[in-house]
Amino acid sequence: MARGIRDKVAIIGMGCSKFGERWDANAEDLIVEAFNEALTDAGIEKNQIEAAWFGTAFDRVHVGASALPLSTALRLSSIPVTRVENMCATGTEALRGATYAVASGACDIALALGVEKLKDTGYGGLPAGSRGPLPDLWVPNGSAPGNFAQLATAYSAKHGVSAKDLKEAIGHVSWKSHQNGAKNAKAHLQKPVPMETILGAQMIAEPLGLFDCCGVSDGSACAIVTTPEIAKALGKHDIVSIKALQLCLSDGVESTFNTWDGSHFATTRVAAKKAYEEAGIKDPRKELSMIEVHDCFSITELVTMEDLYISAEGQAVKDVMDGFYDADGPVPCQIDGGLKCFGHPIGASGLRMVYEVYLQLLGRAGPRQLKNPTFGLTHNLGGAPHSNVSAISVIGRYN
Amino acid sequence: MTSAGITAFGAYIPRLRLNRASIAAAHKWAMPGLRGMAKGERSMCNWDEDAITMAVEAARDCLTGRERSDIGGVYFASTTLPFLDRQNAGVISAALNLEHGISSLDIAGSQRAGTSALIAALRGADTGDTLLAAADARKARPASSGEMQFGHGAAALTIGTGNIIARLVGSYTVTTDFVDHFRGEGQEFDYGWEERWIREEGYSKIVPQAVKAVLDKSGIAGSKISRFVMPCTMKGIPEKIAKDFGIPAEAVADTMGEVCGDTGAAHALLMLVAALEKAKPGDLILVASFGQGADAILLEVTDAITKLPKREGVSGALARGRREEDYMKFLSFQDNVKLDWGMRGEVDNKTALSSEYRNKDMVTGFTGGKCTVCGTVQFPRTHYCVNPNCQALDSQEPYSFADSPARVMSFTADWLSYNPSPPFFYGQVQFETGGRVLMGFTDTDAGQIEVGSSLKMMFRIKDFDHDRGYRRYFWKAAPVSTGKEA
Repeated sequence: MARGIRDKVAIIGMGCSKFGERWDANAEDLIVEAFNEALTDAGIEKNQIEAAWFGTAFDRVHVGASALPLSTALRLSSIPVTRVENMCATGTEALRGATYAVASGACDIALALGVEKLKDTGYGGLPAGSRGPLPDLWVPNGSAPGNFAQLATAYSAKHGVSAKDLKEAIGHVSWKSHQNGAKNAKAHLQKPVPMETILGAQMIAEPLGLFDCCGVSDGSACAIVTTPEIAKALGKHDIVSIKALQLCLSDGVESTFNTWDGSHFATTRVAAKKAYEEAGIKDPRKELSMIEVHDCFSITELVTMEDLYISAEGQAVKDVMDGFYDADGPVPCQIDGGLKCFGHPIGASGLRMVYEVYLQLLGRAGPRQLKNPTFGLTHNLGGAPHSNVSAISVIGRYN
Repeated sequence: MTSAGITAFGAYIPRLRLNRASIAAAHKWAMPGLRGMAKGERSMCNWDEDAITMAVEAARDCLTGRERSDIGGVYFASTTLPFLDRQNAGVISAALNLEHGISSLDIAGSQRAGTSALIAALRGADTGDTLLAAADARKARPASSGEMQFGHGAAALTIGTGNIIARLVGSYTVTTDFVDHFRGEGQEFDYGWEERWIREEGYSKIVPQAVKAVLDKSGIAGSKISRFVMPCTMKGIPEKIAKDFGIPAEAVADTMGEVCGDTGAAHALLMLVAALEKAKPGDLILVASFGQGADAILLEVTDAITKLPKREGVSGALARGRREEDYMKFLSFQDNVKLDWGMRGEVDNKTALSSEYRNKDMVTGFTGGKCTVCGTVQFPRTHYCVNPNCQALDSQEPYSFADSPARVMSFTADWLSYNPSPPFFYGQVQFETGGRVLMGFTDTDAGQIEVGSSLKMMFRIKDFDHDRGYRRYFWKAAPVSTGKEA
């Protein structure tokens, strides 16, 4: 078996723009904002970057096709720049590209940058549009909340959880993220919200109310990666390295065969097992210091706790209500506010999660700093429960 | 003696029944007189129904328990054909997965399109059964009498020479250019003349000519008629004509005005289906229909009617109804008022016709695949079998999902997505024969479904392309329960 990516690549610089409704900013502004922070952090010159990966998802409402928006914005002269898109896992895919390039020895220093400028559509939520000439003929014109809301009906039916209890648990998921987001100056939403407001909010897709849905935001995040040896040569002492990068995609079994029950993410379960093995983690519930998961909707976060093998199957509601994932719990989840409050500029989200783990590992997380974190997990989920892309990274200290 | 006749029947009436009192209440400020017509309910299409979808449902009912391979032709009668140039009968044929080597024809232009198509089919009955579907979804100008009187619905018959349940005794047609109403090119609504003139010069003089001719030709006395089927929204006319020919008063069929309304070109056949549902061998049914002349058709019910498999029919369709009190919903569904649906409603629904043709069995016929290696049923039909333990290549034969029973696996009620009847219900549909599909639901009310609820498939409009005047169809899941108990 392959040896995997563990400790072959170090992150030497990261940046993240302010997320939110950035009426003031074009995609180029967001790119530069995130990149300059990362470049300063890395302490290198721009021309030391030998290759770049550019992640962005909704090209039709955004920057258009290709990697040209990145190469042009940063004046990246004479280096390969690659565009990647894999739905909500796009940012993590950019990181994977840069990481694998460095690990292969093809280049010494590489850049991964994700950006999304969503708030030029004129309406809330993700952009609606054609899915292509064949899907348009038969796939229902549903929305992201509508697809993810179905987890709730299936989860309730499978585990015998009442609709009321589940609604309260997913309400707590959002409540907790709002508490955390209030301590993050870069977050889109920075106000704590009372439980009554969350539970009583306008219905978006039953049972998901407004506060069960994450922010649709503009933003950018990026990472500069190299080998641990070069990082040391650059004078870095406290080194953060990549322990695992896993990706699993649906093959149609969930949507088309008869075995999946609709209550969980089959892909995340596969990616999680592989990531733990790659990272050398035996007991994620005990070993993970923090997790940043894809809480596009509160129900997604709740079931993901089981798919990551942190909560036992059917026990996520209890763990959530016990505060297991709260800021002061054993495994804080979305300590930066998560997609829910930090925001969700699609192409940037994977890198934004890594950014938070990186800050926490280096003790730079300010008012939300956790005590001595060792391993952080990030998780992206693109698509819908029945057909999706699941990406998991484990980031830790380089020993 | 002619050897042609009707071999089976089916019906469809949309589930929504608009309470006429809600129409009257909306117009009370301007037309208080409408209150006099505000009795009972009229059927109304859901936003995703039209003459084609209703015809498909009536045809499916008609084809209950029957092989489809020997259907030799499809006739479709309607004055509200969704397409002026694109054969509407061809859509019905594709939705029913009928053979390619059959004839097909749209028949339009008059309220008697349905009965005239029936006469043509009976006269031409020699090469396999003909499927005749008649459907109408007439629009009416708000506050018009038509808005009160019309209903939406469909009927279907198969016509052939074997296993006849109602034999053609005789028919007669009068053609005369009597314009009681018309709907000109590019016009949404009918324009009608004075009701008293229509009654006296139209119905009362023209229909009797056809009735007399067919009775005389057949040598049958009016007193022998068991059921007199004659659509008419004006009170007392069918009763008067029946009386004049000695047809017993109790033989006059109910026009279904209070429970459904007048379904246009479909109505004579819908009433005929209702008559056939209750008919006994030996019954004589006389059908008369009016429209730029009149058709009269005399049928004799045979013993074979007792062997016809059970179907929904008119009684089943009527029982499925759900009362609708919301007149604004009706107006919006009829496109008689433009609501502000927000930017999500602006999505361009252009259809790639080449893709639609290439995938017509899959989309219009709801055909997936069944793996010949492992037996897994799946939708869509793909090159590699989806069963993770099989994954055989090019192993699937066509498999139709349209008539497979199914259950709700997961669902939501989505208020964010654009849907002309929010919230948009959709979810994973698990078929009992295997296979699952993410589908839109239709005819679904809040609280009506839960995980495990029984579903049936219905042929519906998926999207309108208002910019180009196109609409595309696919199948949706509908709860088997009526929702009355919800």
